[in-house]
Amino acid sequence: MSDDHLYSPQRLQQAHPGRLRSLRRRHRLDYLFVRFCQATAWCSVAILAFILAAILFQGLPGLDWKFISSAPSATPAEAGIRPALFGSLWVCGVCALLTLPIGVATAIFLEEFKPRERAMRALHGFIQLNISNLAGVPSVVYGIIGLTAFGGMFGLMGGANRPVVQIGAKYYDQFISEGKRILLVPAKNANSPPAPLASGLTAFTLAGERVAVNVIRPGASLPLSQALRNRTLRSTAEAGRISHKAWYYFRFPLGRGVLTGGLTLMLVVLPTVIIASQEALRAVPKSLREASLGIGATPWQTVRNVTLPAATPGIMTGAILAMSRAIGEAAPVLIICGIVYIGSSPGNLMDDFSVMPLQIFNWAARPQSEFHRVAAQGIIVLLAVLLTFNAIAVLIRNRTQRPFS
Amino acid sequence: MPFDAAAYLKKESGAVTEIDIDHFNAYYGNFQALREISLAIPKNRVTAFIGPSGCGKTTLLRWINRMNDIVPTARAEGKLQLGNADILSKYTDVVDLRRQVGIVFQKPNPFPKSIYDNVAYGPRLHLRLSRSELDGLVEWSLRKAAVWEEVKDRLRKPALALSGGQQQRVCIARAIATGPQVLLMDEPCSALDPISTSSIEDLVYELRQQYTIVMVTHNMQQASRVSDMTAFFYQGRVIEYGPTDQIFARPQQKQTEDYVTGKFG
Repeated sequence: MSDDHLYSPQRLQQAHPGRLRSLRRRHRLDYLFVRFCQATAWCSVAILAFILAAILFQGLPGLDWKFISSAPSATPAEAGIRPALFGSLWVCGVCALLTLPIGVATAIFLEEFKPRERAMRALHGFIQLNISNLAGVPSVVYGIIGLTAFGGMFGLMGGANRPVVQIGAKYYDQFISEGKRILLVPAKNANSPPAPLASGLTAFTLAGERVAVNVIRPGASLPLSQALRNRTLRSTAEAGRISHKAWYYFRFPLGRGVLTGGLTLMLVVLPTVIIASQEALRAVPKSLREASLGIGATPWQTVRNVTLPAATPGIMTGAILAMSRAIGEAAPVLIICGIVYIGSSPGNLMDDFSVMPLQIFNWAARPQSEFHRVAAQGIIVLLAVLLTFNAIAVLIRNRTQRPFS
Repeated sequence: MPFDAAAYLKKESGAVTEIDIDHFNAYYGNFQALREISLAIPKNRVTAFIGPSGCGKTTLLRWINRMNDIVPTARAEGKLQLGNADILSKYTDVVDLRRQVGIVFQKPNPFPKSIYDNVAYGPRLHLRLSRSELDGLVEWSLRKAAVWEEVKDRLRKPALALSGGQQQRVCIARAIATGPQVLLMDEPCSALDPISTSSIEDLVYELRQQYTIVMVTHNMQQASRVSDMTAFFYQGRVIEYGPTDQIFARPQQKQTEDYVTGKFG
C-alpha cells in the first residue's frame, strides 16, 4: 500500500483540507471539560462545607463535656447524649465483630473456592445473585426482619418480651418500709407469684447482707434494736418485682436489645462488606495465586499467606464504608428499639439501648427550638465519632499496606 | 517410521524416562487443545517445547503439575505419568505432586514479601524447620539459582525491588527450595533482557544435572542452546520429537524444518 492509495491517511488529509478538525477547538473543549469536572467536584465540597458550617454554628456554642456525659432530659439545657453514644458504640462494636469474619469468609468462599460441579456452581451463582440483590434492599426492611428473626425468633419459642431461656438474671421482690428500709426477697423468675410475707423469710439488704425477715402487724411499734429494725417489715408492705442482671446476661429469644440491634445492622451492611471484599480479592493478580499453588500450597494456605494479605487494604476500605453506614443508620434500629427514654448506657448484650441517629431524630422532631440546638450538638458528636473511627481504620489499613516489613 | 524417543534415549545416553506421556488429550470445554500427545521426557535432561502461539505447549506443561486444575473448564485424558505415579488420577494428591514438580512462570511473580520469605515460602508449607535449617536452605536455594551473591546482603528487602532477571532467579530458587525432581519452566526468559536471559540459560544448563527440566520457549536459539531434547508442537499435536541437534540440523518433517528455519511461525 503506497502513500497515495485512495484511503491512505496522507491522501485523505490532502483531499479534504476543510474537514480537518480545528486543533484550537479541540484544546478549548478539553479545557472546558476539565473545568466542568472541577466545578462539579467543588460543588459537592461546597454543599458539605455549608451543611457542616450550619451545624457547627448551631451546635458548637452549647457543646460541652456535660452534654456528652449526661442522659437525655426534658429540659434542653440538661439534655445529654451519653446513653445514645454508648448505645451506638455497643451496637456498632457487635456489628463489626460479626460482620467482618462472616463477610470476609463469604467473599473468600465466593471468589477463591469456585466449585467445579454443576449443582454446586448453580448454588454458588444463586448465593452471588442474592447477595447482589440484598445490597439494594431498603434498610427499614432489615429492621423488621431483625425484630422478627432475632428479637422474637419468629414467635416459635417465647417472644421478644417473653424469653424462654435466661442466664445471669436474678429476680427479687423489693419491700420498702417507712420509705428507707429496703429488703430484697429472692424470687424464682420474672412472673412467679411473690412469696407470702412471713417471719424467717430469707432476704437481702441493699448492702448484700443476708438476713431473716421479721414481720410485725401494721399498728405495732418498731423494735428498738437497730439491727432488728433493719430487717423488720410490716405485714401490709407491698412487693415490687425487680431484676438484677449480670454483665453476661443472656436471654433467648434475644429481645429488643443491643445484640439484636447489632445483628440487624450486620444484615444491613453484610452485602456491602461481601461485595467490597470480593472486589479486593479479585484484584489480587492471578500470578500470585499460581505461584503459591505451584509450590504445593493448599488453597487455604494460598488464601491465608498470599491472597488475603494482598487484599487486606481493599477489604478494610469496604469495612470502613460499611461501619460508617452502620453507625449512621436509624431506620432499622428504630424498628428494633423504638423511641423510648433510655437513661443509662447498655450494661449487657440484651439491654435496651438507643443510638445517636435516633436520639438526634428525637430532638430534631421536637417543637422547641432549644432542642434543635441540642440536635446539632448531637450531630457534631456523631460526626466526631464517625471521623475518629474512620481515621483509626485508615491508620490500620495503611499499616497493613506495607507488605515488606 | 516415527522416531522412538524412549528407545533412542535408552540406547544413546542411558537416560531414563521421568515423565511418560502417551495418547494424551486435553480440552478446554469443547475445544481440544492437545491431540494424542506421546512423549517420553528423560530424567536429568532439558526438554524444550517449541511451536507457534496457541499450539498447546503451555497447556501440556501446566498439566504435568496439574496447574490446570484451577481452570474450571479444563480436563484431560490419556496417560501422563511421573515415574510410576499417574498424574491425572483423582487419587493423586496435587499438593504433593506440586512439591515434586516445581513450576516457574513466564512473568517473574515473586510474592510481595522479602527475598528470604519468598524462598522460605515453600519449605515452610511442607516442613517444620528450625531457624538455622531454614536459613541454610534459603542460602542453598539462592546459591543454586545463581543469585546468592547479588542478594545476600538484602535478604530482608522486598523481592519486588529486584531487577526482572534477579526476580526470575529468586522465583527459580523458590521453586527448587521444596526439593522437586522436575522443574517446569513456562517461557522463563520472555520478559527479560538479553543479559538476564543468558544468565537464566546458564543456570538451566547447570540445574539439569540435578533436575529434569521441561521448558517452553518461543526462542529457537534458546531451545538449541540449552535443551537436550526438543518437541515441536503445531495445532495441538507433536509434529516431531527428538534430540535437539537432530530437530534443528536434520528435521524429519517438513513443518518442523519450516518452523526452525523461520519460514513460518
